[in-house]
Amino acid sequence: MIPSETRPDLPPPRLDLRGIGLRFGAVRALDDISLQVRAGEILALLGDSGCGKSTLLRAIAGLEQPETGTIRLDGIVVSEGRRGLPPEKRGVGLMFQDYALFPHLNVDENVRFGLHAKSGAEARAIAAARLAQVGLSDRAKQYPGTLSGGESQRVALARALAPGPRILLLDEPFSNLDRRTRDRVRDETLAVLRANGATTLLVTHDPEEALGFADRIALMRRGRIVQIGTGRDLYRQPETRFAARFFGDMIEIAGTCRAGGVATPFGRMPAPGRPEGARLTLCLRPEAIRLDPPDARLRDVARLRGVVTARRFLGAHALLTLAVEGFAEVLRLPVPDHDPRQPGDAVGLTLDREGFFIFEDEMD
Amino acid sequence: MIGAAPAPAGPRAARIPALAWGLGALALCAVVLSPVVALVLAAGEGLGDAASGALWPHLLAHVLPRALRDTGLLLAGTGALVIVLGAGSAWLVAAYAFPGRRLLEAALLLPMAVPTYIVAFAYLDLMHPIGPVQTTLRDLLGYARPRDLALPDIRSLPGCILLLGFVLYPYVYLPTRALFLMQAANLIEASRMLGRSPSATFLRVALPMARPAIALGASLALMEALNDIGAAEFLGVRTLTVQVYATWINRSDLAGAAQIALVMLMAVAALVALERWARAGRGFAGTAQRPRGLARRRLAGPRGWIALALGLVPVAIGFLIPASYLAHSAARRVMRHGLPETILSEIGHTLLYAGAATGIAAALGFLVAAGPRLVARRFGLALIRVASLGYALPGAILAIGLLGPLALADSALSAGMTQVFGAAPALIGLGTGGALVTAYLLRFLAVSIGTCEAGLGRLPRSLPDAGRMLGHGPGATLRRVQLPLAWPAVLSGALLVFVDCVKELPTTLLLRPLNVETLATHLYGEAARGTYEDGSVAALLIVAVGLVPVVILLRLGTLQEPRDQRLTGPRPSP
Repeated sequence: MIPSETRPDLPPPRLDLRGIGLRFGAVRALDDISLQVRAGEILALLGDSGCGKSTLLRAIAGLEQPETGTIRLDGIVVSEGRRGLPPEKRGVGLMFQDYALFPHLNVDENVRFGLHAKSGAEARAIAAARLAQVGLSDRAKQYPGTLSGGESQRVALARALAPGPRILLLDEPFSNLDRRTRDRVRDETLAVLRANGATTLLVTHDPEEALGFADRIALMRRGRIVQIGTGRDLYRQPETRFAARFFGDMIEIAGTCRAGGVATPFGRMPAPGRPEGARLTLCLRPEAIRLDPPDARLRDVARLRGVVTARRFLGAHALLTLAVEGFAEVLRLPVPDHDPRQPGDAVGLTLDREGFFIFEDEMD
Repeated sequence: MIGAAPAPAGPRAARIPALAWGLGALALCAVVLSPVVALVLAAGEGLGDAASGALWPHLLAHVLPRALRDTGLLLAGTGALVIVLGAGSAWLVAAYAFPGRRLLEAALLLPMAVPTYIVAFAYLDLMHPIGPVQTTLRDLLGYARPRDLALPDIRSLPGCILLLGFVLYPYVYLPTRALFLMQAANLIEASRMLGRSPSATFLRVALPMARPAIALGASLALMEALNDIGAAEFLGVRTLTVQVYATWINRSDLAGAAQIALVMLMAVAALVALERWARAGRGFAGTAQRPRGLARRRLAGPRGWIALALGLVPVAIGFLIPASYLAHSAARRVMRHGLPETILSEIGHTLLYAGAATGIAAALGFLVAAGPRLVARRFGLALIRVASLGYALPGAILAIGLLGPLALADSALSAGMTQVFGAAPALIGLGTGGALVTAYLLRFLAVSIGTCEAGLGRLPRSLPDAGRMLGHGPGATLRRVQLPLAWPAVLSGALLVFVDCVKELPTTLLLRPLNVETLATHLYGEAARGTYEDGSVAALLIVAVGLVPVVILLRLGTLQEPRDQRLTGPRPSP
């Protein structure tokens, strides 16, 4: 997005990070991070554990002080270099991974905890409205110990939203829920955030969660943002092999660039702009490979031939293991469970010309 | 959205509580260290001063060699005995199943309720040539006169070692047993699966693994032994502690007392070093998975009863015999002459001074323990370690070391008040019991800090963070989130401090205001006069109060995880 300094007619971004850096001993936990979040936007910080995404969240919250860089909220500096406002002065909301509900206070008192600047009546009204919004009005007098995981999550959300923060930070908010409640809670949370127009920064390690929840995704690795864009951008146009791999299993074929192309078992693939002799990796997602219909005569369509060596039942899907000519290693492809192919059957494979990416090996 | 944006000032708002804590903690550390500094100065002055300088050769030639030998032998003997009794009984209840085992597991803690001077007090009367034990023996064997049946005299170094060992072994028993149950269970079972007998497993696996726990317990037990003044004096053992006390009380020779005290400080330093080493070796304690009970070997029939009888020996010697003797003789005293007329005022004084110290220790302990959450962690932990050092100082040394700084504070206070009011009383601290409360506080603050640290440490980090994120400063978060949640720990720490204050003898003897008697000093006086029966009511009351922490340890299930700072202590700073 366009930096606010160059467009004085636009309001500054809700959150503006410039060159944030922090070391823990020899480890660069945050390495020159710059990022802007617009008002009302939901942005996901995605990465493996230890990539710095939670540290970045804590730095924005004020619980961790960066060593370099500037953090602005609505254009106002809240952290510059090694000096920053304490968390309670920033007007930032944080929902903790473990929810951090105060066990000695009931649900209502938890939600009112951040409303101490308001009058008693006003605070009670806000808390009641927030609890109604997450559907927990009847739980107001209960203590956190008596709530289910999903209910605790909703109380934590209501508590974080109650003071009306400029930006809401969510730290792995769904990781403590079991799989069946997770999807439902996620949808409800998203609905609440959209209804409030809450600017949100979500930390997650789950690419599906990031794709389904966020307007944009910032993919992080080793303290850096490696790519930022919409979920579709990251999935369709990964800029690095790391980004491509992050959103799912990849089939990788190594090759060398010769005259603007690279030889693969699927034939010669164009590699425009790559230097002659560069070592390249062709990455393709399993869904880019199409299996010929089982009854097709192989000679008609197939570009490659292979044999099913194993089949594993996965519920709605089955996973086929294929030995394919030209590939040193076996390929694993999911098929619908009603697909009739069994070990020993011959198959023909075609490659979707759009579904692969070429990376130079030096790139990551 | 929140209202007006705060000005992007520096993090001053967060720094003010941090600064206040840092300065407060530094001041507290200065107070904690002041007795040691004062002792060094006093000892040095004594060497320079001709009059008492002449005393040093006398001390060196006549007092110190005997005191050093007696103290060394006492510590070595007591150390060996507490290790044998503590580790042995811990292994017995951890590795074997027999009738009455659960009861024994709890009962083995009972001697903790009996202060060293009280066990000596009780046995001195029990074992007296015309006391119940020897009289009964003579009647049974048909001897007429005491001198015909010469039993070894309890008033001796071996007698003192025996008595101290039998009341101090729970310091070893508690951490060692916890270690056997929690950390060593897997390895002990592995050793069994590899075909080793239980005794070989004990010697080759359990005992080496338990070394840090044993060393920790032994160092704490020996600190108690070094603190002891009553038992040694009643039993005629001239330890360094007794010499410090006597040099000050009988000769009013502060320099001489300070010189002996400095020698003792070396022993203290060695014990603290041992304790630190033991705690550092406990690094694996936190990584243990969910503790799982050790599968116990069943002892059936007579072997089970023998195990129970064996386990009951230390309980009987350390608690049952002295406590029932005290109960009996207190009852006889009350039936014949009613309650001692001074006992109510002694209880009042005991409650007053112990209560005052407890209240301050609880508040201060919580504030100090919360520090590393306000200031840089390493700095905060270091200050906590220093502020906790008082527990290692024997009461006599602490009291004599405090005399100088307290007198200074008194005269400063007095001068200040004269400036303001025109007149002022002298000796505000030393005369009113302020001195005594200060000494209690320094000596037992570690207990309160330790339990508060443990209580705060159990809270997830995210709870105080949530308080901050919801707009509360560090002070408000401490008050509204951490204090209510750590409250049980604060209370149990306070209770432990209170009991320790009630039991404390040497500090009380030296720093109580004139003509004020507490239960402990009353008992000491009666013992010194040889009127044991008159002291037994006070002794019984102290033992009853001493039972409180034992009950707490049992109630909290702390048999698994002792929370008393002196038994688990702070984790070593990283």
